[in-house]
Amino acid sequence: MVLNNIEKLLEKYENGETSLKEEQVLKTYFTSDTVAPHLEVYKPMFAYFLVNKQEQFTKDVPLKTKTIFNYKWISVAAVAVLALGIYFGTTIGSNDLGTFEDPELAFNEFSKSMEMISKNFNKGTATVGYLNEVNKGTATLGYLNEIENTTSIIFKKVNH
Amino acid sequence: MTQTEFLNIVLPFKDKVFRLAKRLLVSTEEAEDATQEVLLKLWNNKNKIAEYRNVEAFSMTMTKNYCFDKLKSKQSQNLKIVHSNYEEKSTPLQKQVELNDSVNWVAKIIEELPEQQRMIIQLRDIEDYDFDEIAKMLDMNNTAVRVALSRARKTIREKLTKTHSYGVK
Repeated sequence: MVLNNIEKLLEKYENGETSLKEEQVLKTYFTSDTVAPHLEVYKPMFAYFLVNKQEQFTKDVPLKTKTIFNYKWISVAAVAVLALGIYFGTTIGSNDLGTFEDPELAFNEFSKSMEMISKNFNKGTATVGYLNEVNKGTATLGYLNEIENTTSIIFKKVNH
Repeated sequence: MTQTEFLNIVLPFKDKVFRLAKRLLVSTEEAEDATQEVLLKLWNNKNKIAEYRNVEAFSMTMTKNYCFDKLKSKQSQNLKIVHSNYEEKSTPLQKQVELNDSVNWVAKIIEELPEQQRMIIQLRDIEDYDFDEIAKMLDMNNTAVRVALSRARKTIREKLTKTHSYGVK
């Protein structure tokens, strides 16, 4: 009875008319140990299908996440820098040093700082004094010009 | 789309892609490369995955096309890959040798089939796809798939009977 059914299914199978369910019936029948001797031929075929279905892909696939640089972030960074600049610009720019209440104290402080400036200024002018020496040097060099003048006069005469 | 989301989509059918590639390219290494290539292509176009109606069928078609390209370039290079690696099956020892041998016969017979029939046998008898899906994957119509399948099955059976009764009759 069962065998009859299997044979019918096989015929349908070979004509490509079986449904997936019917094929499953055939597969289970032929992979079992009780296959009718005259149908043994089909056994390796279904065994092969079964074996092949178990084969797996084991290799790793290197999935690289491409980091696409987003130029929008540049504008965000620029805005952040600008905001920081404005914030610190206003807070640091208005640095208040305070004033003196007492005029005498203010005068003392002022003259002290002026004294310091003049002291340093004098230091500066003292070093500038060396430039005078240089001037002297150039003045003596001026005499060389005189000599040249006379020699040129002499040579002019010779040329004539 | 994150990597895990992608893997969740791809994992159920990556083995099928591999097996189809192996059916066409025969060599395991070549099939692995093909699978990797197909999956990477999917990954690179991951933004479009949502647009595909059936990612699995799409991948199978991609695999088929990729393998055909490979085979074409192999043919022009005049290279042929001969490869056979089949796993064992646990049945009683005496029978196992015999069966293994005939299983190898099946492999050889299928290898001799034309590419289209090979693919259809792979997709139908091994991967259990229904005819509509196969038709879509291979860009054929439904009846053409049935006819090719029927032819392939008959050829396998005929050749198997021949080898089975070899020396007996």
